[in-house]
Amino acid sequence: MNEFIQHVINGLSLGCIYALVAIGYTLVFGVLSLINFAHGEMVMMGAYFGMYFAKHFKLAEEPGISGLLLTLVATMIVTGCIGWCVEKFAYRPLKNAPRINLLITAVGVSLLFQFSGQLIFGSAPQFFPQLVEFNLDTWKIGELQFNPLQITVLGIALVLTVVLQTLVFKTRTGRGMRAVSFNRDLASLLGIPATRVISLTFVVGAALAGAAGVLVGLVYPKIDPLMGSLLGLKSFVAAVVGGIGNLSGAVLGALLLGLSEEFVVGYLAPTYRDAIAFAFLIIILLWRPSGLLGVNRIEKV
Amino acid sequence: MKKSKSTPHLSVIHRFWFIPAIAAVAGIGYGLEAGLNAYAMSLLANTGISILLAISLNWVIGITGQFSLGHAGLMAVGAYTSALLSLRLAPALSLTGLTGFAESAVFSVNLLIAGLVAAFFGFLLGLPSLRLKGDYLAIVTLGFGEVIRVLFLNIDAFGGARGLPGIPNSTHFFDVFSWVLIAVLIFSRILNSPEGRALKAVREDPIAAQALGIELFQFKLKAFVLGAFFAGVAGGLYAHFLQYINPQGFDFNRSFEIMIMVVLGGMGSLTGSVVAATLLTILKEALRPLQEITHIDFRMILYSLALIILMLLRPQGLFGSKELSLTFLKRLGGKR
Amino acid sequence: MFRQNPSRLTFALAAVLALSFSACKKKESTETSAASSSTILIGEVGSLTGSEATFGISTHNGIDLALKQINAAGGIGGKQVQVVTIDNQSKNDETALATSKLITQNHVVAVLGEVASSRSLVMAPIAQQNQVPMISPSSTNPKVTQVGDYIFRTSFIDPFQGEVMARFASENLKAKKLAILKDVKSDYSMGLSQFFIEQLKKSGGEIVIEQSYAAGDLDFKSQLTAIRAKSPDAIFVPGYYTEVGLVARQARELGMKMPLLGGDGWDSPKLYEIGGKAIENSYFSNHYSHEDQSPRVQEFVKNYKAAYGATPDGLAAMGFDAMMVLAEALKKTPDLDHKKLRDAIAATKDHPGVTGMLTLNSERNPIKPAVVLKVENNQSKFVATISPSAAPTK
Repeated sequence: MNEFIQHVINGLSLGCIYALVAIGYTLVFGVLSLINFAHGEMVMMGAYFGMYFAKHFKLAEEPGISGLLLTLVATMIVTGCIGWCVEKFAYRPLKNAPRINLLITAVGVSLLFQFSGQLIFGSAPQFFPQLVEFNLDTWKIGELQFNPLQITVLGIALVLTVVLQTLVFKTRTGRGMRAVSFNRDLASLLGIPATRVISLTFVVGAALAGAAGVLVGLVYPKIDPLMGSLLGLKSFVAAVVGGIGNLSGAVLGALLLGLSEEFVVGYLAPTYRDAIAFAFLIIILLWRPSGLLGVNRIEKV
Repeated sequence: MKKSKSTPHLSVIHRFWFIPAIAAVAGIGYGLEAGLNAYAMSLLANTGISILLAISLNWVIGITGQFSLGHAGLMAVGAYTSALLSLRLAPALSLTGLTGFAESAVFSVNLLIAGLVAAFFGFLLGLPSLRLKGDYLAIVTLGFGEVIRVLFLNIDAFGGARGLPGIPNSTHFFDVFSWVLIAVLIFSRILNSPEGRALKAVREDPIAAQALGIELFQFKLKAFVLGAFFAGVAGGLYAHFLQYINPQGFDFNRSFEIMIMVVLGGMGSLTGSVVAATLLTILKEALRPLQEITHIDFRMILYSLALIILMLLRPQGLFGSKELSLTFLKRLGGKR
Repeated sequence: MFRQNPSRLTFALAAVLALSFSACKKKESTETSAASSSTILIGEVGSLTGSEATFGISTHNGIDLALKQINAAGGIGGKQVQVVTIDNQSKNDETALATSKLITQNHVVAVLGEVASSRSLVMAPIAQQNQVPMISPSSTNPKVTQVGDYIFRTSFIDPFQGEVMARFASENLKAKKLAILKDVKSDYSMGLSQFFIEQLKKSGGEIVIEQSYAAGDLDFKSQLTAIRAKSPDAIFVPGYYTEVGLVARQARELGMKMPLLGGDGWDSPKLYEIGGKAIENSYFSNHYSHEDQSPRVQEFVKNYKAAYGATPDGLAAMGFDAMMVLAEALKKTPDLDHKKLRDAIAATKDHPGVTGMLTLNSERNPIKPAVVLKVENNQSKFVATISPSAAPTK
């Protein structure tokens, strides 16, 4: 029984990591209908920037929550700027091109980050400084072990989801985003600055990715230039399972994916872990093509 | 459109031009084998395999509008089938150590089986998933490719992570290019038939095509299975070219690589795919001296930059959906 | 809009493009062969970028250091040695092309590479078919040298290393119940655990649970939780340091205190950084210990630190040894004949390498001891040397 509960705890905390990356994915898709394959690489950039930032200001010497927040904010600003540049130079010129072109460009951007990352940061993995420290023994209930870091991550993921949800559904900008997502041309005609809204969406998405990068680095303190690829793909799966474009769906999908991976490893065949993620995806999509919480969009003639 | 009717004896040549072409492939192949060094030959083989992969994916994406990212998985099915046939079945039938024509003949049968198995998997994948549209189809096929890879990684009979070494070196110029020839032949024959026009209708406007009485799903599935067949053949050629396969070689990055060739050449343009596959394969090699000078491998950075820039400047790919043809070339010349 | 049957042109185009390219390539080949007479050209295929770059770069640095020393000492037979390095991006297809380019375009006398056994298995048939000697610095899969008589290696093989750690676990640690956590994506890890299990069963030990992960994973808690339930005396984690550091951290997080055991894939200064306190008191087998006081090793460590600013790991040491073994053989074959060079490499006996006295056996594998190191205070401490004498010849 203890083992089972421990698996549940592990699965949820793994799901939190996926959730953090998945909400950024789903936000950009919701507004632009673009599978932004470069999102995982943005996570990687965030992790590296956070590492250099923390090392430069020696934040790991005095671990504390203020150092973490400082790094998070700085990283979000920087990746937000990178996101803005990517949108302006790589995606915006393509706004009238077919979707597959945008997709290929996204793959191109992701390859560019991966390979220039290997040149600039070196391809050996790096250690991510421990910005906060906990005494693990105090986070124990009987045999069950909690990781306070991962609870922090879960907290941050939930807060970010609520903030985003408010941004999208309660603010003027959010109304603009939804309008652009519904019909870009019509939105422009109605006086919504579509270009600016799209740009903003990207900046927010990239900033989220940056924050995710720092938190992933904190929980799994090994970062390398190719780390974004698999993480991005799995989070994307989570976003699709939850219903891509739906923020709470992304969190739900991520937690489900985390749990299912955990149980496959714990009780079935550990080596099939990656296959399960995708088999899960295929089954859900065939059964409910728009995901668990997604709304089925009817293609127009 | 305004093609004048050719004289009867010419039309015979038109119809059966591929017979001398195959002979030419064989001739050139043997000539080259004698005259060229191993590097040039392996580059040629590699280029040919890329072409086969690109045109078979273009058949699925470009001609019928089915956005598939599972090509690496289908290629893996072909590669493993073909490798296992050579490693396990051929010795049992004492079909090893053949040379020349006998080797090619046995290898062709092997590839045919590999292609059929891949086509069967394509059928299994297409049956449920082709009902999905656009991005969702892409995601499901991507997932399929990954599931296939993990299966090969986990089943000991397929070598697991250690892969399958010792595959005979049977992929020669002749094998590669005669299969390219066969693929081109079949695809273009279908394109110019009533079915081909139906396929294009499915791509341009699936809903209208359905209204015109085209069995949408059936058409998509047929096209998908045919594409899968050639992906499987390409996989078999690849296995016997590399003489070693492991699951790492068939991850989603390869699917992307093939898709990039297709989009670069222009979706729906077979000649475009040929040019793009050739260019990309050869460019990567041609840029090697750059690495020798700088001691840093810039190639992939250049490659990704070129990809982004090309998408920005020429979103429809090099050739759009047009074919490079004599009339097209003449018009280009006329404009100047 | 298909104006005419595109097949002829499509095909003609393919043929013309391919042919014109191969024609210009051929010209190039004559140029390079002329240049090679004044220097000795050696080829190296390495993973300098891509998923396994961190190992490829260490090996490359080791080779490079050896090369500088050889040339500084006047080269071989008065000729300077040049290594043509080609990056294969950790990919199989690139490896095949790179190897045939080195052999047929650059006309190298021998090729060095690869780190990963899988890519050595791509290189080996090409080298064998062209009768060019190949030395793999660190591929441990026994199948690599079985490809043919031109294929050598300077690292010990999986069976030996698996056996070393199994013997160490049962004899030195007195561990009876062992758990295994292997990397299912890596042929190296799979091989090591297979031979570890075989030997452990012979010495009366028991494998209580086998779990696995895939390289690139970040979370190992599910596997570790399952392992924890069986409470083993030690866990054998035959993976690379890139994952082992995280495995150790997460094991300690789950309150597991037993030692971890591993192989040469652990060897990197990064292990101590990523693993931190969690990796302390764990053991791994390696090719050499950088604190070995023999002057040979100390000189190598000093030179390597001066050149690359880092403590050399096992892969760097093996890159160095592979290059030195090749250089020794080249000294014996002034006419650079491939066949004679092959024979000279095969005759390598008691070569004083950084990784120990190196003798190649009839299967072209080295006979040399392994060391077992313990992680203590963010460093590796030498614990024991285990010689192959007791190893069954396989």
